[in-house]
Amino acid sequence: MNPDVLVAVFLTVITASTPLLLAALGELVTERAGVLNLGVEGMMLMGAVVGFAVTLTTGQWGLGVLAAALAGAGLALVFGVLTLTLVANQVATGLALTIFGIGVSSLIGAGFVGKPLPPLPRLAVPGLSDLPVVGRLLFGQDLLVYLSLVMTGVVAFVLNRTRIGLVLRAVGQSDVSAHAIGYPVIRIRYGAVLFGGVMSGLAGAYLSLAYTPLWVQEMTAGRGWIALAIVVFAAWRPGRALVGAYLFGGITILQLYAQGAGWLPVPSQIFSMLPYLATILVLVIISAGPWRRRLDAPACLGKPFRPAA
Amino acid sequence: MANIITRRGFLAGTAGIGAGLSLGVNGALAQAQGPLGVGFIYVGPVGDHGWSFTHDVGRKHLEQTLGAKVKTTFVENVAEGPDAERVIRQLATSGNGLIFTTSFGFMNPTERVARQFPNLKFEHATGYKSAPNLATYNARFYEGRAVIGTIAGHVSKSGIAGYVGSVPIPEVVMGINAFTLAARKVNPNFTTRVVWVNSWYDPGKEADAAKALLDQRADVLSQHTDSPAPLQQAEARGAFGFGQANDMKAFAPKAQLTAIVDDWADYYVSRAQAALDGSWKTHSVWYGMKEGMVKIAPYGPGVTDAARAAAEQVKADIISGKSHPFMGPIKDNKGVERVPAGKTLTDEELNKMDWYVEGVQA
Repeated sequence: MNPDVLVAVFLTVITASTPLLLAALGELVTERAGVLNLGVEGMMLMGAVVGFAVTLTTGQWGLGVLAAALAGAGLALVFGVLTLTLVANQVATGLALTIFGIGVSSLIGAGFVGKPLPPLPRLAVPGLSDLPVVGRLLFGQDLLVYLSLVMTGVVAFVLNRTRIGLVLRAVGQSDVSAHAIGYPVIRIRYGAVLFGGVMSGLAGAYLSLAYTPLWVQEMTAGRGWIALAIVVFAAWRPGRALVGAYLFGGITILQLYAQGAGWLPVPSQIFSMLPYLATILVLVIISAGPWRRRLDAPACLGKPFRPAA
Repeated sequence: MANIITRRGFLAGTAGIGAGLSLGVNGALAQAQGPLGVGFIYVGPVGDHGWSFTHDVGRKHLEQTLGAKVKTTFVENVAEGPDAERVIRQLATSGNGLIFTTSFGFMNPTERVARQFPNLKFEHATGYKSAPNLATYNARFYEGRAVIGTIAGHVSKSGIAGYVGSVPIPEVVMGINAFTLAARKVNPNFTTRVVWVNSWYDPGKEADAAKALLDQRADVLSQHTDSPAPLQQAEARGAFGFGQANDMKAFAPKAQLTAIVDDWADYYVSRAQAALDGSWKTHSVWYGMKEGMVKIAPYGPGVTDAARAAAEQVKADIISGKSHPFMGPIKDNKGVERVPAGKTLTDEELNKMDWYVEGVQA
């Protein structure tokens, strides 16, 4: 394969993987604090539609991205109030959040269907972006791509090397102990849930502003669920989430290129199944007792916390 | 204890009775006098800017044309399967006299509900099961594909078209073949590369497939998926493409050569009018460019004069019946002759098509 095609493949893999990585990082932090938010798909859709709407009406993509993050956080706040303050079931609330997000985003977006928008500008570094092969790969991406990579490092650093990260993990591992020592469990969980909302909102904005600069209903097409799967696949570690997102994105894209070149040895449907198969496999391994502890699933994941009065 | 009626139970009971009554009354009224209730169910969101959107354009046209004589209802985003049957039955019990179910996968649910409501009229798009109160209708999209294939043959410099496919069913295979046959009449070495995304609607994946094809020397794209994403990619790369189901010029002012437009409006009006007159009869129709169910959008700036003339010729010949996109001789992509010279594939053969013509790489 000539280098130009290889570069093209990598460029496409990056665009396919970035929204998965952004959403997965957010959910990873949420889950590390012991909260399972299945509403990623809904929050992504809110980010996508609000980001698109604001960018189109103001002409400022910076505002659009910001608004998308806030929209994701807004929906996450609804989830927080229901599950943390009112102690509703997290799984049911998360599912409802996705359905709610699909509906509200369709409503908000009704007037924006069929409107074109120029794609998010790519940051060009004079000189470097023109380098052969690596130039376009490393120095020609848009802001959100770089943000997703930087955030991987930031999340890993904060979780593993800072006091805040330690407290957040403690809350996820044993909310009762953390509470007994005097940490504000609910407040910390709110923070984690909101962070998840912001990241999902950004993932949505990436879809509607950079990936395919348009708004159509339910344009996330299941990416929120794949992001959830990546978190499990990554065993709640940011570095592995990066690998997982690029693996999932990579498989999807490679099979499309293989089809185009005419040398896909098996029916394309098999490849469409692969990400889900991998997830089921990981889930099975993780649920099998001895692995569970080794993979560090947060012990309080999905369990409601009522502080003793 | 048995005599105590809890408030909750009582409310639920009356609500149920109330709902039942009002449904019954509405249904009776609609059939006795009042406007004709016309129900539609769509597989996608009306905002998909594609397939479901075009059906909804038809529905709106029906309301405008027949005004107070009809009252339309639609349910969007209905999954093909058990949900569909529930929704169709709900439309049947809420006062609709005529119900259009607009996706292939609604066929069996529609048939079952139609059997239970022999007094109501049902119409199913793109299927093959009919009954005295169940008509089927479909459009010969492949005629439009022959026109755009002709344009692709003229416009493509590399002689390679990329085709973003949804799922390999006869309808889609037929389109790929009609496109390729027409393009090869212009350029005998023309090839069509197909990439399946295994979804009708996933803008991101459609865009990825488009990129994969453009990166591999395709310079014209065609698609059988519902979003404008592939066309948008063509615009970004300076390549060409065709709109699907409706005019997508807004997304690709330079790249869109033309679009195959589904126009259900006249059909919906004529069938609702027939139901009002009492002249409605079941039928199984497959309309094309001649009847105006398949239209070609205005040509974009990328269409050369020669391409335009050739496309108009192909269109005129299909409408007049002088030619047919599947006229022999046709070889498949393994070199076997499938249609001898002088023969044309029948509708039945088309609906079972599971092979690719020469020049298709799938």
